Amino acid sequence: MSDKSERLTVFKTYKLYVGGKFPRSESGRVYEVTTATSAAAAAGKGKWLANAPLASRKDARDAVVAARKAFGGWSTATAYLRGQILYRVAEMLEGRRDQFVREVAEAEGLSKSKAAAVVDAAIDRWVWYAGWTDKITQVVGGANPVAGPYFNLSTPEPTGVVTVIAPQESSFLGLVSVIAPVIAAGNTAVVIASEKSPLPALSLGEVLATSDLPGGVVNVLSGRTAELALPLAAHQDVNGLDLAGADADLAKDLEIAAADNLKRVLRPQAVDTDADFSTAPGTHRLTTFLETKTVWHPTGSLGASGSAY
Amino acid sequence: MKTENVSPASPFAYAPAPESRSVVDIAPSYGLFIDGEFTEAADGKVFKSLSPSTEEVLSEVAQAGEADVDRAVKAARKAFEKWSALPGAERAKYLFRIARIIQERSRELAVLETLDNGKPIKETRDADLPLVAAHFFYYAGWADKLDHAGYGANPRPLGVAGQVIPWNFPLLMLAWKIAPALATGNTVVLKPAETTPLSALFFADICRQAGLPKGVVNILPGYGDAGAALTAHPDVNKVAFTGSTAVGKQIARTVAGTDKKLTLELGGKGANIVFDDAPIDQAVEGIVTGIFFNQGQVCCAGSRLLVQESIQDELLDSLKRRLSTLRLGDPLDKNTDIGAINSAEQLARITALAETGEAEGAERWSAPCELPASGYWFAPTLFTNVTQAHTVARDEIFGPVLSVLTFRTPEEAVAKANNTQYGLSAGIWTEKGSRILAVANRLRAGVVWANTFNKFDPTSPFGGYKESGFGREGGRHGLEAYLDV
Amino acid sequence: MDAVGLEARAAGLGTRSIKTSAKAYAIDLAISMIDLTTLEGADTPGKVRALGAKAVHPDPTDRTTPRTAAVCVYPDMVATAKQAVAGTDVKVASVATAFPAGRAALAVKLADVRDAVAAGADEIDMVIDRGAFLAGDYLKVYEEIVAVKEVSAQARLKVIFETGELSTYDNIRRASWIGMLAGADFIKTSTGKVGVNATPANTLLMLEAVRDFRAQTGVQVGVKPAGGIRSTKDAIKFLVLVNETAGADWLDNHWFRFGASSLLNDLLMQRQKLATGRYSGPDYVTVD
Repeated sequence: MSDKSERLTVFKTYKLYVGGKFPRSESGRVYEVTTATSAAAAAGKGKWLANAPLASRKDARDAVVAARKAFGGWSTATAYLRGQILYRVAEMLEGRRDQFVREVAEAEGLSKSKAAAVVDAAIDRWVWYAGWTDKITQVVGGANPVAGPYFNLSTPEPTGVVTVIAPQESSFLGLVSVIAPVIAAGNTAVVIASEKSPLPALSLGEVLATSDLPGGVVNVLSGRTAELALPLAAHQDVNGLDLAGADADLAKDLEIAAADNLKRVLRPQAVDTDADFSTAPGTHRLTTFLETKTVWHPTGSLGASGSAY
Repeated sequence: MKTENVSPASPFAYAPAPESRSVVDIAPSYGLFIDGEFTEAADGKVFKSLSPSTEEVLSEVAQAGEADVDRAVKAARKAFEKWSALPGAERAKYLFRIARIIQERSRELAVLETLDNGKPIKETRDADLPLVAAHFFYYAGWADKLDHAGYGANPRPLGVAGQVIPWNFPLLMLAWKIAPALATGNTVVLKPAETTPLSALFFADICRQAGLPKGVVNILPGYGDAGAALTAHPDVNKVAFTGSTAVGKQIARTVAGTDKKLTLELGGKGANIVFDDAPIDQAVEGIVTGIFFNQGQVCCAGSRLLVQESIQDELLDSLKRRLSTLRLGDPLDKNTDIGAINSAEQLARITALAETGEAEGAERWSAPCELPASGYWFAPTLFTNVTQAHTVARDEIFGPVLSVLTFRTPEEAVAKANNTQYGLSAGIWTEKGSRILAVANRLRAGVVWANTFNKFDPTSPFGGYKESGFGREGGRHGLEAYLDV
Repeated sequence: MDAVGLEARAAGLGTRSIKTSAKAYAIDLAISMIDLTTLEGADTPGKVRALGAKAVHPDPTDRTTPRTAAVCVYPDMVATAKQAVAGTDVKVASVATAFPAGRAALAVKLADVRDAVAAGADEIDMVIDRGAFLAGDYLKVYEEIVAVKEVSAQARLKVIFETGELSTYDNIRRASWIGMLAGADFIKTSTGKVGVNATPANTLLMLEAVRDFRAQTGVQVGVKPAGGIRSTKDAIKFLVLVNETAGADWLDNHWFRFGASSLLNDLLMQRQKLATGRYSGPDYVTVD
């Protein structure tokens, strides 16, 4: 036998990602995250992976403040710049591909090759949305042929701060599929990671932090979905709510809470529960958190020829 | 600057010029319109529709209840199968027919609307009715072009649309709801407001004249309980509501957890921002149009005037002088600028909010005008020395009451304009083009009028940010609310 | 100025419905505000005498008909016109300053004015130098008006902008202020000799200007739309503009005039209709 002792690996402390920083939960709480194959879960025998922060309502509140603060700059950044940054996320992910393959495999109980396919799809999804930032305005906006001496133009604008309840099963591709369209459109996001598989989401925070994405544009919380989602759904400074990762009962409660300030709500879609984000997305997620603003201007004639009575 | 706000009484006194009432024949009673037939309410209830300018009873109308809602939804569901299967080109022709009949009967409908709502004939004749016909004409053209609307191939209708509309633009709001719903292949159950049911019932007759298949359009006059039953009905696939933010929130809770698609067009507290380089006379006209059009009972009214402090005196002098020329009175008189408030209830609300404004220390000024002895009336009113902290700067008054605030810089103007839970409309008055664009970009409102106000067009999406609701009505955008996209 | 807003306001006021007693008042007021005009190369003493007679007795069948405010002629016809209206309160207005183009040396223009005044003109209708205005030489425009005002002596001075040539509402507004500051007693839209003459919008704009000028200086200036106003309906709409913009103080022929000729007969026919209940016809008014 070799007398060379095996090197002890360095564990990673997983932290929240809020306002461009990596805080622990203000509550000081953590919860155990385990491998989540269904058989193992059923037996209560998942392998311990890490202690994830168990974020509190106050962490959620801080995340909203950070997201609101970031909204002004992000929503008025040029679409070209937003596209460049989203593409940069893809580049950074590509460089850490192996890490995410391992994390996804552990989180979702996938074989390495299946996990690799998921990560590749997630990287490609960033590329897809990176290309959308400077095109959606032309696709959904435009000049309206009004009957009268006026010119008007309808343009889409981001809704504001959006709470995203990430899919519970598809912990990474699903996550990327719900975050990317929200920020591609110019919104900022408070993301509640998959409750049982939050680690890929928390690692994504590290990628976003090194991708020129301004702090606060995406904020990632891990913890109990219902505990975090209810105050966020009721929060008066949150403008949108993506219910992708909420079950039917929770989704209903959250939608009711969201009515208090008339948040734009994206109900759970069939595709979310199928955990099948591998199909090509349309523009629906991109347009859900866009408002249409129509600005009118008088045109008139060149001279004071004015019509007679 | 010296000004004279009160001009001597003019020797040029306009004689009464009433539009003829004989062009419209109002029946003493009307039923609900369900499955192509006028019918009594299941429980036999009726209510009266008054003329708000005289308090005269115009007609007695069947009052829909839950059982009637169910009957109407069933009729709409039954009609949906064939209607949605019709080729788009055929649906289009029905809508074109409706548009044309509205044009033919526009004077009759204008007089009717003026009688039932209290708004001046000048507005129903020159604004409401032309826009109603144009809206049907516009959406008629979409019915066979949905594949090309940017929502993918073969977008499908949702089914039965439950629609609840307000009393401020009764027929126009009906058009905004029914035209896109029918063009996309949905069938509808529409509840007009309890104070203004008549034009919707005349529209039912137009549907009959147009030969529209039975059950495609159902009209249920009634109160809030009928609206609540309609939005809660399990066989309704789409809910569209225009009205107060409070009721809008209640509807959002009602449809939570269902598959019903929802669009809401709610309240507002629009800021009309006047910069020091604005064309003053046109700005004054825009301010007047912004808050006194339809007695200020407009969700997108410019109810907050934000004026740059350096021109406040000049602008207010001009505005007061202009308001002194407004003619308040008989809505059927062709020279009337300001008609009646729609109901006693609304008048009480406006009165109470104006009293709050005074109690909170804002300075009240009303145009000198004599109010008629009967009916519901409120003189055009300004509040000056208003700050963001005043109730009259925050709450939607929905009446002819303008709150005047000042600002010093464009940043401050934008900050104040956006400092509201609403986000429906805003106005910008300046001759500097780049400032228009810079300010418009930063306003959180669905409709921004630069150097104009309260302009509408069927091709242009309309709707709010924030608590002014969601979804858009009008234009290509307006199709989305009625398609499974 | 915002052109669309201005035109929309003018059009909005154009929807006023003026009936019965208000219409009767407006028709008589409009007749009393007419500067009955002939400005033709073919004008003769006979033509001018006929015009004068018409101004004094617009409707020979109804002596309650008000007289027109003035007759408006070329300078060489002033003496003839004076004779024609002698003994009445009908004024004689004369165009001058090388009307209508105004393309002459200042000395010539001033001589033109002096000649008209010497012949007895009560009012002078001068044209501004549109060339100087469009070249940006506003001072020249101003000084020329000041000079003409000086030689006009006691005659009231109407300053014609030729709004159709100034082309934009901003220019018309600027010209209005230059004219008023230079001492104009009236500001007037046009000569009647170009494509675009008086319109509701440019008249509304000038009414706003005189209103604001009085508010700031206390000095009241009159307004005269000229050219293109031919029907009673149109004239009444202009009076509505006056009433609801400048106000009742301008509802008087000392402060508002119509530069017109065929308008008078239409007003007379409408007046006859109101008096008799029957529609009148062109054979029942005089062709002078």
